[in-house]
Amino acid sequence: MNRRDIFKGAALAATLTLGAAPALAQEEYTIGVAIPSATHGFMGGLNFHAREAIARLEETYPQLSFVLATSGDAGKMVNDIEDMVATRGIDALVVLPFESEPLTSPVQAVKEQGIWVTVVDRGLSVPGIEDLYVAGDNTGFGRVAGEYFAENLESGDNVVVLRGIPTTLDNERVDAFTAAIDGSGINVLDMQHGNWNRDDAFNVMQDFLSKYEDIDAVWAADDDMAIGVLEAISQAGRDGEMWVVGGAGMKEIVKRIMDGDPMLPVNVTYPPAQIATAIELTALGLVSATPVSGRFIIGSQRITPENAEQFYFPDSPF
Amino acid sequence: MTAAQTDAAQTDTGPTAAAPRPRRRINLHVLGPILALAALIALGAFLNDNFLSAGNVQNVLARSAFIGIIAVGMTFVITAGGIDLSVGSMAAFTAGITILAMNAMIEPLGVSVFTIVLGMLVALLTGLAAGMVNGALIARVRIEPFIVTLGAMGVYRSLTTWLADGGTLSLNFELRSLYRPVYYDGPFGISWPILVFALVAILGELAMRSAPFGRHCAAIGANEQVARYSAVRVDRVRMATYALLGLLVGVATIMYVPRLGSASGSTGVLWELEAIAAVIIGGTVLKGGFGRVWGAVVGVLILSLIDNILNLASIVSPYLNGAIQGVIVILAVVLQRERKAED
Repeated sequence: MNRRDIFKGAALAATLTLGAAPALAQEEYTIGVAIPSATHGFMGGLNFHAREAIARLEETYPQLSFVLATSGDAGKMVNDIEDMVATRGIDALVVLPFESEPLTSPVQAVKEQGIWVTVVDRGLSVPGIEDLYVAGDNTGFGRVAGEYFAENLESGDNVVVLRGIPTTLDNERVDAFTAAIDGSGINVLDMQHGNWNRDDAFNVMQDFLSKYEDIDAVWAADDDMAIGVLEAISQAGRDGEMWVVGGAGMKEIVKRIMDGDPMLPVNVTYPPAQIATAIELTALGLVSATPVSGRFIIGSQRITPENAEQFYFPDSPF
Repeated sequence: MTAAQTDAAQTDTGPTAAAPRPRRRINLHVLGPILALAALIALGAFLNDNFLSAGNVQNVLARSAFIGIIAVGMTFVITAGGIDLSVGSMAAFTAGITILAMNAMIEPLGVSVFTIVLGMLVALLTGLAAGMVNGALIARVRIEPFIVTLGAMGVYRSLTTWLADGGTLSLNFELRSLYRPVYYDGPFGISWPILVFALVAILGELAMRSAPFGRHCAAIGANEQVARYSAVRVDRVRMATYALLGLLVGVATIMYVPRLGSASGSTGVLWELEAIAAVIIGGTVLKGGFGRVWGAVVGVLILSLIDNILNLASIVSPYLNGAIQGVIVILAVVLQRERKAED
């Protein structure tokens, strides 16, 4: 119910402001935001933070209005962006490309019309189109996790790794993880794809547990996968034997870290709130003379029981 | 159909043809899926010592149960000449509704077995209702099953995402602890999903072979007009196949929810294709007219075993898992169909 209303509200607010434009003294701006729809946990969180940021900015800057479009595939995202430009006359576009290749030339066309372009998370395949690039740090994501493993395991200890959906993003993370534990003597028994999915991760972990007698730690690389992994471990009754590091900072997992769960010592952030960073910076660039062009890489941080509180967002769906 | 099979058996070479006409009963069409399953089991046992351990067998059977229970219902739908693409989304939606209902009932009823039983009832009713909507649109309004269930697939998938607000619906923690044994425990050390799967399969096999319902499904799938003239109540039977499938989705959901205690937009993705694939691997004819429930069970086990063996063996790059699955699925069907190509 809630999110529908917010969509309507955003659209309504945008229409009203456009209609009332001549009455206001300040210059009016419209910002288009195009993001993938909330099909899994991380994107759910991203949608949540996008709406939060838009609500907050509309409050702060009455001269700003927003068009939010969520798309289920790359084709629809292209259509949405074209519609925004044609019918809403946007002044800036914040886009999280569904896929890099298909979105590159449509976004380039937007840029050629003199519209400010902010690209989030996934880069376009041609460099230099965007005015501002905001992203999480995938290499850092793997490295920070790997460093924790290297610090806390002995030489000869065994780990298993669950990978995401086969993509360059997943490769970057896994390569960085492997590089970080290189030379520590940690033995990676196996890596299989859990597709960032709880059920798949559950099945893969069940099989790892049947296959290996001795596992000291699991890099689940994602909190949805960590949930499936933890369940498989507890089914096998091997709770005390190993710990699990997930990633991305899902609220349930962060809560358990806060509570000092021995099986979940730490987590690594890859914040869905990066969309808020992108929207805020874009808005700031429009309403003020603050320079915001360039690249803004949000570091992947280690969440520990000590600092977990600052990463805990009980209201977010993720 | 039957005539084609007899021909196939007669043109058979080797021991089968040499024997004094055992005909039909022993041919590749029947043995194909079983041979494939046996080969996979042998391969698994060869590659890893733990493959045949009680724990691994239990794991594989229990995780097959969801798709298996659905595949039994799907066998009837396909036998009657239909198809249902919505079952995966329907399972996610049913799981979401069940979780919401159970969480809501904690307030008035407390964390009790009664809450869980009511929640199970909600799951069954949601599944049944969703199946009946599909059935009504197909049998009464006469829209192509492919379109109806493709539409329903999108509807239930987005409803689930919307209910979860893009995130995950989670069952209350204490309720979950109480409900958990339904997936993980069971009598005589055999977990409930396996028992329920076995029961559903046996009942389905009986219904397909011995009950009028099974014969009516096959008759409709083979030739709807003839079935109609033979006093088969076509619409009612067709409606019933979708309702039954919906109900079985509800049963599968009852087993699924206690496993991880959550549902999200990514729950049950592609279950429909796995169920359909299992049905076809098992020897049911995709265009209807002939169905084999035990074959669907074998098909589901084949699909689960491929995954399991790939995980246990890790002899190939995990990037290739999908390719290997695809090849084995096609081979399993080729094994049983190669005689038919000659007709």
